Amino acid sequence: MNYLVIVIGAVLVNNIVLMQFLGICPFLGVSKKVSTGIGMTGAVAFVMILATIVTYLIQHYILNRFGLAFLQTIAFILVIASLVQMVEIILKKVSPPLYQALGIFLPLITTNCAILGVAILTIQKDFNLIEGVVFAISHAIGFGLALILFAGIREHLDLQNVPKGLKGTPIALIAAGILAMAFMGFSGLV
Amino acid sequence: MSQLKNFSKGFIKENPVFVLLLGMCPTLGVTSSAINGLGMGLATTFVLLMSNIVVSIVKGAIPDKVRIPAFIVIIATFVTIVELTMQAYLPSLFKSLGLFIPLIVVNCLVLGRAEAFASKNNLISSMIDGLGMGLGFTFALVLLGGFREILGAGKIFDITIYSENYVTLLFVLSPGAFIVLGYLIALINRIKTK
Repeated sequence: MNYLVIVIGAVLVNNIVLMQFLGICPFLGVSKKVSTGIGMTGAVAFVMILATIVTYLIQHYILNRFGLAFLQTIAFILVIASLVQMVEIILKKVSPPLYQALGIFLPLITTNCAILGVAILTIQKDFNLIEGVVFAISHAIGFGLALILFAGIREHLDLQNVPKGLKGTPIALIAAGILAMAFMGFSGLV
Repeated sequence: MSQLKNFSKGFIKENPVFVLLLGMCPTLGVTSSAINGLGMGLATTFVLLMSNIVVSIVKGAIPDKVRIPAFIVIIATFVTIVELTMQAYLPSLFKSLGLFIPLIVVNCLVLGRAEAFASKNNLISSMIDGLGMGLGFTFALVLLGGFREILGAGKIFDITIYSENYVTLLFVLSPGAFIVLGYLIALINRIKTK
């Protein structure tokens, strides 16, 4: 498997947010400012890469070995929940302002489908560990790209004169749709 | 609050998708047709109802500090049940919903209702809340899936409305999901403020 294909496929062609609809909650929730978007991307990337490694090892060395594949969902979500708790504790100590800025969205990474989605996709696509890590890193980059681009658009939208009924979420969703349309231009690259 | 109000709040006033903006990933991801929306909505309703019931029964026994992990395990159990049942009896629907079935476990709506409602209320109210919210979610998904199917494929529930030569394919692709949902939310806001 060519690593470059995985990277381009995950970042541009099948962008995790705009094409696969994973991680929409933080995409809509913390995209009001570019700076919080960057912080969120960092937290998600860190958890996503760690979670993919740990869930890969659990799947192959515990669940498959003992014939417990049906416990996949439960096992994975528990691993992710504990990882998020750990990141939260570390971040509180190391960078209190970032911890403040991320607020409610840090514990919510647990319920961020992007993390669990990438972990399950890695297993479904039968990647080995290194391909899995590359896959997770490129999805994290794709998430960051979409989030930061969208945050930039929303900062501009705030200054525009939007029709009353479309203010807030509706116009943000329509802008996201147009962004997704732009990303459709990448289809066929790989 | 009367039970009827408790049940009906999920449809418009506190609709999980249009007003609370919870559970957006499956909302956008599976609604390329009305039937997919219906399947996803009903699967989520089942998980929501069962987890609300169990959470409201065991809420006294769970220490406050570990309640979120405990809720997630309860939810994950029911998601696994749905996943295995659907795989056995509805394989084609299971295939088209794909990744989003295991992802019900991270649907903010399910955890949100467990935390905000079922952990504070009695069994009967929690059941009604779970059912109402679940059906409200289903309603939103079918509405969104229906609009996208009509605009993008010229069909509704696989019944042809107009010729495929005149469809705007964009609406069944991913940008269409965002755009249709944006306009639907604007419409619901208008109905609500009236």
